[in-house]
Amino acid sequence: MSTAITAPAPVMPAKHYLNDNYGIRSWLLTKDHKRIAILYLFSISFFFLLGGSFAALIRMHLLTPNGELFSADTYNKLFTMHGVNMVFFFLLPSVPATIGNFLVPIMVGTKDLAFPKINLLSWYLYMAGGICSLIAMISGGVDTGWTFYAPFSSGYSKTHVIMMAVGIIIAGFSSIFTGLNFIVTVHRMRAPGMTWGRLPLFVWSNYAASLIMILGTPVIAITLILLALERGFHIGIFDPKLGGDPVLFQHMFWFYSHPAVYIMILPGMGVISEIVPCFSRKRIFGYTFVAFSSIAIAVFGFVVWAHHMFVAGISVYSALVFSLLSYAVAIPSAVKVFNWTATMYKGSIEMTTPMLYAMAFIGLFTIGGLTGLFLAALGLDIHIHDTYFVIAHFHYVMVGGMVTAYLGGLHFWWPKMTGRMYPEAPAKLAAIITFIGFNLTFFPQFILGYMGMPRRYALYPPEFQVLNVLSTAGASILSVGFLLPLFYFVWSLKYGEIAGDNPWKATGLEWETTSPPPTHNFHQIPVVTKDPYAYGEEGEVPVVH
Amino acid sequence: MNLNFPIFPDQASSMAWHVDALYLFLVLITTFFSLLIAALILFFAIKYRRRPGHEAQQIHGSTLLEIVWTVIPLGISMVIFVWGAAIYYHMQRPPANALEIYGVGKQWMWKFQHPGGQREINTLHVPTGRPVKVTLISQDVVHSFFVPAFRVKQDVLPNRYVFAWFTATVPGTYHLFCSQYCGTKHSGMIGEVIVMNPEDYATWLASGKAEGSLASLGEKAFQQYGCTTCHRPDSGARGPNLEGLYGRPVRLVDNRVVLADDNYIRESILEPNAKVVSGFQSIMPTFRGVVSEDEIMAITEYIKHLSPQASNPLNNRSTPTDIRDNEVPNIQEQNKQQNQQQPQQTPQGTRPANPSGKKP
Repeated sequence: MSTAITAPAPVMPAKHYLNDNYGIRSWLLTKDHKRIAILYLFSISFFFLLGGSFAALIRMHLLTPNGELFSADTYNKLFTMHGVNMVFFFLLPSVPATIGNFLVPIMVGTKDLAFPKINLLSWYLYMAGGICSLIAMISGGVDTGWTFYAPFSSGYSKTHVIMMAVGIIIAGFSSIFTGLNFIVTVHRMRAPGMTWGRLPLFVWSNYAASLIMILGTPVIAITLILLALERGFHIGIFDPKLGGDPVLFQHMFWFYSHPAVYIMILPGMGVISEIVPCFSRKRIFGYTFVAFSSIAIAVFGFVVWAHHMFVAGISVYSALVFSLLSYAVAIPSAVKVFNWTATMYKGSIEMTTPMLYAMAFIGLFTIGGLTGLFLAALGLDIHIHDTYFVIAHFHYVMVGGMVTAYLGGLHFWWPKMTGRMYPEAPAKLAAIITFIGFNLTFFPQFILGYMGMPRRYALYPPEFQVLNVLSTAGASILSVGFLLPLFYFVWSLKYGEIAGDNPWKATGLEWETTSPPPTHNFHQIPVVTKDPYAYGEEGEVPVVH
Repeated sequence: MNLNFPIFPDQASSMAWHVDALYLFLVLITTFFSLLIAALILFFAIKYRRRPGHEAQQIHGSTLLEIVWTVIPLGISMVIFVWGAAIYYHMQRPPANALEIYGVGKQWMWKFQHPGGQREINTLHVPTGRPVKVTLISQDVVHSFFVPAFRVKQDVLPNRYVFAWFTATVPGTYHLFCSQYCGTKHSGMIGEVIVMNPEDYATWLASGKAEGSLASLGEKAFQQYGCTTCHRPDSGARGPNLEGLYGRPVRLVDNRVVLADDNYIRESILEPNAKVVSGFQSIMPTFRGVVSEDEIMAITEYIKHLSPQASNPLNNRSTPTDIRDNEVPNIQEQNKQQNQQQPQQTPQGTRPANPSGKKP
């Protein structure tokens, strides 16, 4: 769309999905995937802020070794609720339910997801689950850790475990419905000419994540139902006093919860695969390899769960097998990192805010991924398991990776979602603050972990204090980085520059329609005639007939 | 706040430097690749920055490069895997001559019992230069025995014995942590491992106010709970004779063969009907809730010390001599055979290739 440069200043379309209808009913009963994405956006932002405030309280408490701020019980509830909120109510739905919900149908060139009512139901289930978890929190909290290890959670904890489990089970169904919708939409509703080889990589990675959502999520539901049965009715499953086996719980829990980290990270990788080519003005390097590495991660991700259990009392031979398989899942991640880097080679690189986030993602995800090799190495994992090393690794992947990708994606598609540009200068500042604050928060935790500081400690030996203070200092910077977008995004809704259809001159069907898109996405269903990421070619974007 | 803070843990066991070597190797790998990627990204971002007259050069990809950056990480990760596995394998094989200490984890303390009968709470004295095997059990939830200076960690389960072993090398006082979240005072479930020279350790053992050796404590408990009524070495006994039992294979009523180890003995005390010895009735009552984990450990130690006496031949109606090498204690194999309804006699050809293997 080289003509856009000489075109007059862009104007807002007269009719789009945001002004198609007004009133609370038009939102709460909407079947439009874009509106549902906005509903999700508000809801997960709420849970992100809630989980973030718990994290802030945790970091404040850990300023001193003697824990002057909270009692041990309160501290235990804080880290539990931080984990539950962030994992089940923010990270899992984050990219798929918001950006994915908004973009997958547009990217494949169709009017909506395959099952719009199920999509709406998924948001209501998410909210119901969220409300259950809020009830559990308000009525006193839960102190089991987000991992709910039995028999502590089933027989010893005196907190609201069942209510929290019910919340997670219900929210799990919302995840299954989203996955189901994506899979059917990608299989059945692609626009003419949108072959599998032309699917944007964001769709590939959401598709891979959807496979895990529908195959893995039922297992966490089963696990938590069994836990609730044991807790409520003393049916012996996990507690040896009732004839159960505690290691069984860990197998079942991680059978879902390990693949679940790929539900979280894969859509984030998809975001990066869109941003890097756009701001390098280049085709993605090795499209097929990037696409299939997503599927490889989803498949291998199911057979590595016991690497969370090397010290849990599993046999030597199963530990060897799970360690070996864990390296198999590292390779496709490495392939992605190399391909993103190679995409920048000989590009024409513009350092916009989304690109800054994408570059931060590549760097931080590399560190997060490589430190995963430490944890998969059996003899070394024995020492660093359940220490702050794990916390640091997990946050490098989930915050440095996933949240960074989410923020990058939000900036990248903000003009598409709202029709207005965010302000570039404060956004760049926020990205840089986030990067600095993040590293200062979590890098010291690698050292703390190798020193031997166990996770989930309300009190700690005094020699760990300096590194903890550094970490808390970093967290205060990080929180500024996370709060800034809240202000300028809201500001931009009224004062932001009008974006026009394709402010980034990007390829992809979502840039072919108006910003914001009409309720049915396209005035005419597009016909795709070009490869994805056809940067540098005449006309650049697929032709719309 | 002490600004003179360490960034590397003490090395106080024979395993520590093995683990640290792998750690430092991985730190090097991580630093190299992180810097490589970061340098490339920044270099590209500057060199190929968008400016007038500069156009992106389209490259579709390169299968050769894809193979290179698949194979190189695979090769490196296989090196890491083998290295890590070798350390782990060593960690899982305690030497036969290890000093055996029993440990119980409970909300929220560690209790240890030495073979000499010395008991400790939240402290553990060990000598330098000698392998120490700590057999562990939990009284309630899952705990984890973690001594950072030794690079040793093991989750402590409430349903079976697990162990951790180490050879301490440097005298000193080191942290003992519970590293598996276990409730309110999880962070208070800490203690000290005090490593002493063998001479100091001997002095410490002698000064301990032991009420007798662990085995003799076990013998007392054995009599107190009336175990002797049935478990006697004479032929009229209603229970199997326990002399020489420890470490030997036992044939059960369902013809399975199991090894009489710590876990078997504990299970037989708490769940007597789970594994009934061939030739006996399941008449033993459960001692769950009656006998404590400490006492079970002492009783096990006592049973270990019961050597067979020549004057009293074993009354077990299935004596260990009935059991062929290839039956020991290949429980999974046994179950498979039973499921397949095959004859009980195992063909000679299926003898395991492992000639040493009486133990799994």
